[in-house]
Amino acid sequence: MMSESAGVQAAHAAHAHHEELGFLRTYVFSTDHKMIGRQFLFLGLLMLVVGGLLAMMMRWQLGWPETPVPGMSWAPEPYMFEGIIPPQTYNMLFTMHATIMIFFAVMPIMIGCFGNFLIPLMIGARDMAFPFLNMLSFWTGAVAGVVMLAGFFVPGGHAASGWTAYAPLSASAIYTGVDWGQNLWNISLIIIGASSLMGSINYITTIINLRARGMTWFRLPLVIWSLFITAILLLLALPVLTAALAMLLADRMLGTHFFLPAGGGEPLLWQHLFWYFGHPEVYVLVLPAMGVTSDVLSTFSRKPIFGYRAMAMSMISIGFLSWIVWGHHMFLSGMNPALGTAFMMSTMVIAVPSAIKTFNWLGTLWGGSIRLTTPMLNGLAFVSIFVIGGLSGVFMASTPVDIFIHDTYFIVAHFHYVVAGIVFGLFAAVTYWFPKMFGRMMNETLGKIHFVLTFIFFNLTFFPMHFLGVAGHMRRIWNPLQYEFLQPLQGMNQFISVSAFLLGLSQILFLVNLCWSLFAGKKAEVNPWHANTLEWAAPSPPPHGNWGEHLPVVHHGPYEYSVPGVEEDYLPQTTPHALPVTAGH
Amino acid sequence: MWDMLSWLPENVSTYGGEIDSLFYIIYYITGVAFLLVAGAMIAFVIMYRHREGRRAKYLHGNTIIEITWTIVTALIFIVLAFMSQPLWGRIKQEVPPTDLQVRVTAKQFNWEIVYPGPDGKFDTADDLQIDNELHVPVNRAVHVFLASKDVIHSFFLPQLRLKQDAVPGRVIQAWFQATKTGKYEIPCAELCGFGHSGMLGHLTVHSPEEYSKWIKEQWPSR
Repeated sequence: MMSESAGVQAAHAAHAHHEELGFLRTYVFSTDHKMIGRQFLFLGLLMLVVGGLLAMMMRWQLGWPETPVPGMSWAPEPYMFEGIIPPQTYNMLFTMHATIMIFFAVMPIMIGCFGNFLIPLMIGARDMAFPFLNMLSFWTGAVAGVVMLAGFFVPGGHAASGWTAYAPLSASAIYTGVDWGQNLWNISLIIIGASSLMGSINYITTIINLRARGMTWFRLPLVIWSLFITAILLLLALPVLTAALAMLLADRMLGTHFFLPAGGGEPLLWQHLFWYFGHPEVYVLVLPAMGVTSDVLSTFSRKPIFGYRAMAMSMISIGFLSWIVWGHHMFLSGMNPALGTAFMMSTMVIAVPSAIKTFNWLGTLWGGSIRLTTPMLNGLAFVSIFVIGGLSGVFMASTPVDIFIHDTYFIVAHFHYVVAGIVFGLFAAVTYWFPKMFGRMMNETLGKIHFVLTFIFFNLTFFPMHFLGVAGHMRRIWNPLQYEFLQPLQGMNQFISVSAFLLGLSQILFLVNLCWSLFAGKKAEVNPWHANTLEWAAPSPPPHGNWGEHLPVVHHGPYEYSVPGVEEDYLPQTTPHALPVTAGH
Repeated sequence: MWDMLSWLPENVSTYGGEIDSLFYIIYYITGVAFLLVAGAMIAFVIMYRHREGRRAKYLHGNTIIEITWTIVTALIFIVLAFMSQPLWGRIKQEVPPTDLQVRVTAKQFNWEIVYPGPDGKFDTADDLQIDNELHVPVNRAVHVFLASKDVIHSFFLPQLRLKQDAVPGRVIQAWFQATKTGKYEIPCAELCGFGHSGMLGHLTVHSPEEYSKWIKEQWPSR
C-alpha cells in the first residue's frame, strides 16, 4: 500500500519515451517485466519440447527394448548404435528429462513467465522493483540453458546419475564414465540457481513494496500469494542446493572428499542437502499451479473463492512444513529408522493443507455458474490430477509400505501426477492470460480438443505406472526384460509407451494453436473473461509502464463475483462498491 | 486385472503380509477419498453449469465446514501414522535373534555374498564367497549385513517385501524370514551406473533337508 513515489514517477516519465527503444532493448535485452515474462515462456516451451522428446525415446526403449528407435538411425555412436539405445544413454535420457523439465521448463514458465508477467499487473505496479536485475535473471538463466544443452556434446556424454545425482555415483567420473557432462550439469545448475535467486529477491521485494493503494495482503489474488511463498522457498532452498553442487563439483575436480567415503566423506550428506532443497522445490513447482487454478476456478464459477484465508494460510503452512519433510525420500537410505518415524509424522501433517486446498476448490464450484472454457477445463484437470498425486503420496508416507514401493514405478506414477500434472496448471495459465499477454484470443475449439486428448493420454500414460510399481517394477532400469518377474508386465509397458507417444503428439495441437493465435487470433478486449483482478483493467497487451497516467486504486478483494445488488456478475477490484455483509466471514 | 493390488508379487516373508495389509488399508481409504472428491467435482460441474438467468451464490466460505474437514483429514493421517509405526519398528528396529548371518557386499554390478561357514564367524578360513547366489533355509530368520564397495546400491527382494540401500562406508543390518521354498530374484533398486539394469542375484529358499544338503556340498570337509 504505497503511494506513487517520486522514483516511480520518474520511471513513468522515462517510460513515456519507450517507443524510442531500439529492437535490441525492446525484444532482447528488455527490462520490461512483460517482455521478460514472454522470453521465459518461449525458453520454457522450447525446453519442454526437448524434455518431452527425451521421454519419448525412453518410452521406446521400455516398450521395445534394444530395437532401433524409428528415425534415429543417424544418431552417432556411442550415444546410439544404429538407433539402438545403450544403457549409458538410457541413464542420460532420464537424468536429462527430469533436469530439463524441472529447471528449464516448469520453473521458467510457471515462475519465470507468470511470476514476471502477473506480479506487477496484479498488484498494480508499473514494473518489478529491480527491472535490471530482472533482465539479468533471464539472461543468466539462458546462459545456464546453453551450458546444460552443451553437455550433450561433450565426450563421455551428459550426466547419467539421475536428476538426484546421488553421491558417490555422481562424485567421481570412474563410476559412470561421465566426465564433463556431469561437470557442466553442476555448473549449469549453479548458474540457474543464481538466476532464480535474482528473480525471487525481485518478486519478494515487489510484492511487499509496490502494491497499489488499497491492495492489502488479504486482497491479493491467490496466484500472487502462491508466487510470494514460492519466491521465499526459492530464496531459502537454492543456496543449499548451490552449496551442495559446489561441494560435488569440488569432489569431482579438486580432489575433495565431501561425499566420497574413501577419504572420510559421507554419501548420505549429499542426500540430506539435496532433499533439504528438493522437497521445498516440489512445492516451488506446484504452488504457482495451485494459485493459477484458484484464480481460474473462481473466475469461471462466477463465484468468490471458498475460504480465501484458509487458502492463503494453507500455502503459508506449506511454506513452513516443507522444510521438515525431506527425510521421507530417505526412509531406506540407511539413516536411523527412528528418524524415518519422525519424517513419516511430519509428512502426514503436510498432507493436511493440500487436502484443505482441494476441499476449498470443490467449495468454490458448489453453487457456481460454471463456464467450461479451455482455462477452466485445464484448471479442473489440474485439481483432479493433483488429487490422485496427493493420495498416491499417502502410500509412500507410510514407512512400511514405502519399503516395497520405494524406487519402483509407483513413485514414478506419483510424482508425475504431482509434477507433470502441473502442465494442466500451465495450460490453464497460458490459455487464461494469453489475451492479456499477446492481445489476441486463443482458439477455443482447438484448445478444447487439445485439452481432451491431453487429459485422456496423460492418464493412460501415468496411471498404469501405479500397477507396474505394485508389481515391483524398479524405476531407472534400461531393460525390464532382463528380469523374469517383470517379463509378464511387458504388455503394460508397451501400452504406456503408445499412450505416451499419443500424449506427445497431442501437444502439436497446443503449439499450432499458440503460433496461429499469436498472429491471427481474434483481437482481445481489455477484459474478455469478465474477471476482477487488476491485470484486466490494463489494456491488452498492457503498454510499457502498464497504467497510463494514474496507478489503479483497489477497493476490495479479488474474488467478488455475483455480488447481490450489482448488475454484472463481476466487480473489478478497481470499481468502488459497498459489499454486503455475508455469513461465515 | 483392475484391482491394482492384485498385481503384487506373491508374498513369501513373515512381515510381508503385514505390509500388504497396510497397503490395502491405505488403498481403500484413498480410493474412497478419490471417489468422493471426483464424484463431487463431476456432480458440481453438471449441477452448477452456466444457465441463462441463474446467478452463482455469493458465498465466501463456511467456517464450521472448513474446521470440520481440516480436523477429519488430520485425524485420518494421524491414525495412519500410528498404524504404520509399530510395523516399521518390527521390520527395521526390532531384529529377531538368529544364528544365520550373511554378508552382502554390493559392487558395480554384482552382489558379493559371503557366508560365515560352519563356525558361524566371519573373517575366518571357512568363509565362503559366492557371487549373486544367496541360499537360506525356509522359516528361519536371516540377518543380512549390507555394505558397498563403490556406489549406493539397493538390495531388493520383491517377494519378501524387503528393500534396503547398501551405502559405501557403512554396514547396514537387514533381516528377513522366508515362508516358502523357491528361487527368487534380487534386483538392484538404486541407480548404480550403466550396468544397473541387469544387476541381478538370486535367492534360493531351501527346505531344511535341501539346505543341509547344500551346506554339505559347500563345506564337504565338515
